[in-house]
Amino acid sequence: MKFLDEYRDGALAQKLAAEIHRITTKPWTIMEVCGGQTHAIVKFGIDELLSKQIELIHGPGCPVCVTPLEMIDKALEIAAKPNIIFTSFGDMLRVPGSTTDLLSVKAKGGDVRIVYSPLDAVTLAEQNPAKEVVFFGVGFETTAPATAMAVYQAEQKGLKNFSMLVSHVLVPPAIEALMSSPSCRVQAFLAAGHVCTVMGYEEYFPLVKKHRVPIVVTGFEPLDILHGILMVVQQLESGRAEVENQYSRSVRREGNQPAQDLIRKVFQVVPRKWRGVGEIPQSGLGLAGAYAAFDAEKKYGLADRHVDEPAECKSGLILQGLLKPHECPAFGAKCTPEHPLGATMVSSEGACAAYYRYRRHEATDAK
Amino acid sequence: MNKPDFNAVCPLPISQYPHVLMAHGGGGTLMHRLLEDVFGKAFSNPILDTRHDSAQFTVPAGRLAMTTDSYVVRPIFFPGGDIGSMAVHGTVNDLAMSGARPMYLSCGFIIEEGLPMETLWRVVCSMRDAAKICGVQIVTGDTKVVDKGKGDGLFINTTGIGVIEHEQKILPQNAQPGDAVIVSGDLGRHGMAIMAVREGLEFETTIKSDSAPVHEPVLELLNNGIEIHCLRDLTRGGLASALNEIAEAAGVKIGIDENSIPVREDVHAACEMLGFDPLHVANEGRFIAFVAPKDSDRALQILRCHDVSAGAVLAGKVAEKHMPLVTLKSAIGASRILDMPSGEQLPRIC
Repeated sequence: MKFLDEYRDGALAQKLAAEIHRITTKPWTIMEVCGGQTHAIVKFGIDELLSKQIELIHGPGCPVCVTPLEMIDKALEIAAKPNIIFTSFGDMLRVPGSTTDLLSVKAKGGDVRIVYSPLDAVTLAEQNPAKEVVFFGVGFETTAPATAMAVYQAEQKGLKNFSMLVSHVLVPPAIEALMSSPSCRVQAFLAAGHVCTVMGYEEYFPLVKKHRVPIVVTGFEPLDILHGILMVVQQLESGRAEVENQYSRSVRREGNQPAQDLIRKVFQVVPRKWRGVGEIPQSGLGLAGAYAAFDAEKKYGLADRHVDEPAECKSGLILQGLLKPHECPAFGAKCTPEHPLGATMVSSEGACAAYYRYRRHEATDAK
Repeated sequence: MNKPDFNAVCPLPISQYPHVLMAHGGGGTLMHRLLEDVFGKAFSNPILDTRHDSAQFTVPAGRLAMTTDSYVVRPIFFPGGDIGSMAVHGTVNDLAMSGARPMYLSCGFIIEEGLPMETLWRVVCSMRDAAKICGVQIVTGDTKVVDKGKGDGLFINTTGIGVIEHEQKILPQNAQPGDAVIVSGDLGRHGMAIMAVREGLEFETTIKSDSAPVHEPVLELLNNGIEIHCLRDLTRGGLASALNEIAEAAGVKIGIDENSIPVREDVHAACEMLGFDPLHVANEGRFIAFVAPKDSDRALQILRCHDVSAGAVLAGKVAEKHMPLVTLKSAIGASRILDMPSGEQLPRIC
């Protein structure tokens, strides 16, 4: 397929891997932030091509995985109410809350629907004026413009039967939190290309300056990722710490200004809990005051609900890069994609699911 | 939005009731008319025409194959087929996977009250045409009507009987180290054709389902003395599920090469967009054949002479007796597990 196969060329991949190998003189630990990159790394076996001195740590960049348990529980409670059409992206439906998941709510008669775009949920609200339509808006800066647009359009259309459960999160505060942790082993980051397509990469300069850590904005195809790793290793080996842009075919320094304007109009930056990590200050987006009428948490009186995470799931350590999925005692035994203990096993972009799907035999051998 | 019409319509034989009523399943005159004017008219053959409680027929001496499958596809009409043609092809293909010559089908209809009679008739015509092309007779059947809201329009069950005219042992347990793994054509068309017209996910594409009977190329392989160890049609769960099931049954490790597996560009694009792996996506006219390595080239030649398997390729081989495992050489040359999909395929977030 054009514009895709070029970035999956086996011979070029081997060349890039050989170049990384050639310039690497000591061990380096690199975190890919985005779950999409984790998925590509494991699916294509990119880490197998790398020098053994390069360790990739899978970061917290899967939006499904970091959505806190209490938010899932709120979603479940709303979805089970009568006269509600509850909508979300496909992956969210499988994520277990404290007691059940959205697919089970659907099985018991709840009207839970997958939409491909938040705007489809707005259309549903228009088509079903006698029902309440709720959209579960999760994701990083990548999906935030589309959710913002949905709220904006709902307001423009004067829809009273549309609301949104918002659990958006932001990448730079997560990198800041990771780098500030005393146990942090990460020496460089591959930043998420799609996040930067929206936001640009100026907000990474202060992080690079403060923590002396290279950050390379990277795409999602095998050659993008290998190229990003090469650029990171070049910086590490030469003692540089800069923001660089590997994904220049999609990312501009200033990002997508109209999308950012919309995000700023509809949302405000709020503290946000990350599943398995805890609360990170200024790391989320919530609806701005002018759009409070569309806030499902307020509409259904759930704003004060708090739920503790289960101790058995080590996804917090995995999301922080302190544990590899197969090192978790529950991996592949008590925790599988069919019976996930935590979100990293649920989402197809979650590190545990990716390991389970593509690397299970190694994990079994290692045990 | 009006759904596009993918199928030509034959004239409806009964027009006084535009919708199916509960009485059409009630055992009275309405049901009698439905059976006579719709099913009896479309499927007419000497065995069915006896109108007995069970079909009677003579079978040749030797082994028979039997299979059953229920069809609940939504939407009922989709690009490249409909629930009726699929209910024939699917069951015919299951018989073909034993190397059997498909002969007779039964069909059970579960109809939701209120289904337009026109819709039922179109489906029945489609089944009739598919059965004719496959050379099978629909010899017995059943109709039930359920209350509005207790079904989803129309469900069909078909059971098939076929005759096994060869002496080979075609079973999943019989996949052997060294076997060539042949994939009969490009993958993922049915699943993505359905996805493209599912409510809430509509996207513009010209992808058509690959729904088609595959018994002819299979029978020709057998007639030419190809040593076949296992056949499996690639329906739900796609190639990944089929290979894993066979690895499990035979206790073998199977290795395949991603670069060798054909996926049409539009299917590939749709999969990329929705976050699906084409190897997990359903097909309705594709199968894999595990054949003795000596016969691999000849098998490919034979398959490529049939339209339905013109795109057949050698995708990999059975490596060794092993803890059940399927490995995939990825597009960039690294190796990984090819796992069964977990649960329903759900579109990814970003």
